Amino acid sequence: MQENQALTFKKGLKDGLPICLGYISVSFAFGMMATQGGLPVWVALLISMSNLTSAGQFAGTSLILSGGLYIEIAVTTFVINIRYMLMSLSLSQKIDEAMTTLQRWVLSFGVTDEIFAVAMQQHGSINAHYFSGLIAMPYLGWTVGTLLGGTATNLLPVGVRTALGIAIYGMFIAIIIPPAKESLPVAKVILIAVVLSCIFKLTPGLNLLSSGWVIIICAVIASAYAALRYPVDDAEVQT
Amino acid sequence: MNYQRILICILIMALVTYIVRMLPLAIFKKKINNRFIKSFLAYVPYAVLAAMTFPEILYSTANLYSACFGLLTALLLAYKNKGLLTVALGSTAAVFVAEQLIHLLA
Repeated sequence: MQENQALTFKKGLKDGLPICLGYISVSFAFGMMATQGGLPVWVALLISMSNLTSAGQFAGTSLILSGGLYIEIAVTTFVINIRYMLMSLSLSQKIDEAMTTLQRWVLSFGVTDEIFAVAMQQHGSINAHYFSGLIAMPYLGWTVGTLLGGTATNLLPVGVRTALGIAIYGMFIAIIIPPAKESLPVAKVILIAVVLSCIFKLTPGLNLLSSGWVIIICAVIASAYAALRYPVDDAEVQT
Repeated sequence: MNYQRILICILIMALVTYIVRMLPLAIFKKKINNRFIKSFLAYVPYAVLAAMTFPEILYSTANLYSACFGLLTALLLAYKNKGLLTVALGSTAAVFVAEQLIHLLA
C-alpha cells in the first residue's frame, strides 16, 4: 500500500519525461513526412493529437497521401496497432480495480508502447492520477514534435536526428535488462522473443508479415512458454 | 486537396487505434484468477518490448555500425542499472559520435 501512495500525478509527469523527449524526435520526423507529402501542418497535428501512435499513423498518413481506400486505412491501422490489445489486456490486470469506467475509457487513449512499458515497471497497481501524469508529458512531446517537424524542418541537424532514432530502443533496453539479470524466466522470455522476432524479419516469406503481427506472435509464444514453465503467483514477476 | 476525405481517413485511423486500446481495459475490470493467464500477462511486457527492439534497433540509425555501437552502449548502461533517460541519451550520444567518426573516416 505504501508503494501505491508514491504513485502520484507528479511522479507520473516525471516518469513521462524521458518518453516525451524520445517522442519529440519521432513526431518531428512524422511532421516532416506529412508536410513534405503535401499535408498542411494542422492536419499533421490533428493526426498526432487524435492517434498518438508512431507506426500506425505513419502508415495511415502515407495511405492518405497515396490515395488509399477507407477500408485499407482501417485494416492497416488495425493490424499495426493490434499489439495494443495485448498491452491493454496486460495493463487491465495492473491498474487499480477502483478505476472508474469513464477513467478507463479516457486513459486507454494513452496506451502506447512506451507508456505501457513504464507503467508496467512500477510496483503495485496503477491509479488514475499516476497514469494521467504519465500520459501528459508524452502527449505534449508528441504534439510539439509534430508541430516543430511540420514547420521548421531544418531545426535539428541531420546527425542529431538520425542518432535520436535509437533513443526509444535504448529506453526499452533499459527496461528489460535489469529484471533479466535477476530472473532467469524473464531472461528466457526476452531471448525467445528476440530470436523469434529476428527469424520473422530475416526469413524470406515470413518477413512479409506486418510488424504488428510479428510482435504479437513472438510475445504470445515467449510468454506462454514461460507461463507454463515458470508460473508465478503474483501479478508481477518476482525478480 | 480533398479535406473531407482526409478528415474521414483521420477519423477512421483514430477510431480503430482507440478501440483496440480501449476494449481490453474496459472489459477486464476484475483481476483474472487463472494462474496461467496471470503468469502469461506478467511476462508479456518483456516479450513485447524485446520483440519490438530486436532487430529493429539495428536499422534505427543512419547505418548498421553506428546502430551496433549504440546497442552495445545501451546494453552496458542498462546492465549497470542506469535510468531510462540515461540509457536513451547515452545510446543516442554513442550513435552520434560513431556516425561523425564514420563520416570523417569515409
